Amino acid sequence: MDFQTAVFFFLSAILIFASLRVITARNPVHAALHLILAFFTCGGIWALLQAEFLAIAIILVYVGAVMVLFLFVVMMLDINIDRIRQGFWNYLPLGALLGLLMVLEMGLVLGSKYFQIPAAEALVPAGISNTKSIGALMFTDYVYPFELASLILLVGMIAAIVLTHRGPKKSKYTNPNQQVFVKAKDRVRVLQMPVEKD
Amino acid sequence: MDALMNFGLGIFGGAWPAVWTLLKIVLIVAPLMLGVAYLTYFERKVIGFMQVRIGPNRVGPWGLIQPIADGLKLLLKEIIVPTTANKGIFIIAPMLAIAPALAAWAVVPFTDSLVVANIDASLLYIMAITSMGVYGIILSGWASNSKYAFLGAMRSAAQMVSYEISMGFSLICVLMVSNSLNLVDIVNVQDQGRFAGWGLSFLSWNWLPLFPMFIVYLISGTAELNRAPFDVAEGESEIVAGFHVEYSGMAFALFFLAEYANMILVSALTSILFMGGWLSPVGFLPDGILWLFIKMSAILFLFLWFRATFPRYRYDQLMRLGWKVFLPICLIWLVVVGVWMMSPLNIWK
Repeated sequence: MDFQTAVFFFLSAILIFASLRVITARNPVHAALHLILAFFTCGGIWALLQAEFLAIAIILVYVGAVMVLFLFVVMMLDINIDRIRQGFWNYLPLGALLGLLMVLEMGLVLGSKYFQIPAAEALVPAGISNTKSIGALMFTDYVYPFELASLILLVGMIAAIVLTHRGPKKSKYTNPNQQVFVKAKDRVRVLQMPVEKD
Repeated sequence: MDALMNFGLGIFGGAWPAVWTLLKIVLIVAPLMLGVAYLTYFERKVIGFMQVRIGPNRVGPWGLIQPIADGLKLLLKEIIVPTTANKGIFIIAPMLAIAPALAAWAVVPFTDSLVVANIDASLLYIMAITSMGVYGIILSGWASNSKYAFLGAMRSAAQMVSYEISMGFSLICVLMVSNSLNLVDIVNVQDQGRFAGWGLSFLSWNWLPLFPMFIVYLISGTAELNRAPFDVAEGESEIVAGFHVEYSGMAFALFFLAEYANMILVSALTSILFMGGWLSPVGFLPDGILWLFIKMSAILFLFLWFRATFPRYRYDQLMRLGWKVFLPICLIWLVVVGVWMMSPLNIWK
């Protein structure tokens, strides 16, 4: 076993362990942290495949931005694990079926002849930067899918703004007439509370 | 150099490349830690002089041994873990803060040959690694199980994510004009141009044509560092000390080291990306690593000056500056640079 294979198995072991912990950890923050570990390890595996741009991009986008916001939200939530675990056995058959289906689909895609790239073609010739070649492909052969994806992202951004936008803020002003006629009993309420004794 | 290589190969054999890399890492990290120690001394002295005080002057001549004494004190102090804290995360949070601050130095070039790893996508690597620094802060705030720490963590997370965007856009402008993601190439490109031909190379550095981006990068960098006037994450007058309020001893010192190591990193990056790195400002003086250190010191002094001068931003003002001022400026300047490069007036050929 050469060095690269050893590194691959090491990273894969971490990736599988982290992914399992994402769905089994009881504490949601721990689960999110394991997801971060999984993304990071995934980046490591891509770096092993000499896909340096993708490796750094997944760390930059997912670890550096998406998961920060995700963690931000998860920390604020008060998730009751027991309520989530309710009905686990009822949903298990359906979940298992869906999981099996996904494994099957992935197997079909990965095993198809379009996905098999000869090792000689996969290697980037020396002296050409990975980033440059991806950029060139993106803006020549794949320009329409790429622009379409960016358009979808733009629509998503605008939708998020529209959903949370509350309109311009109305200016606050006071009405002196109302202020003058206010009586103490309109604003102040006197409460009777029993004395607390320890 | 060849003699050293042969000597190493003779002693370590096949393991020599690994040992040599480790040696290079030590050669960067050790001076960096010393630099951090003396940056704290320098900060206290500079702010002291600006506020007409003397600053540290008791330990050693002119207080020069003060940072060593501080470090020793922190090493010997007990690390107290609060009873309701999440212990594991509480312990690893400071490590997560310092690790990216050190890892980013792997690709920072000091001269065109003096760099640990001269990789093609070094600018991307730096952006990716530094964006992970926020985890140390968020996790320490959450794991402390204290409301002040948590408030600090929340503020810091929102602030760092907002300013990273404008920082990223200013870097995109730099890589557009340099046509490269490699930091060594980015510096070398700045040595070309009409002014460099006249021997006035400081006018052909990126700071002049990309002046708005230079300012945006410098200010966003200050915000990313959680330094005054953007230090709402610590805000000692509002939330005591923010995310590290529960930390003591060496765990606290790690946050401190991370902050100052990041300061030195941002100053190095600003020098490399916008101020010509190791290039000499005028034609008749030789290029060299000394120029990089002079530029870094000037920017570090700027950070200290900011801290002594500006009052802290209010939180909503800070968000407004990031999203409503810097982001539009970046987007507009991105288009301007793009059009400029496509027009006959292009100066980066």
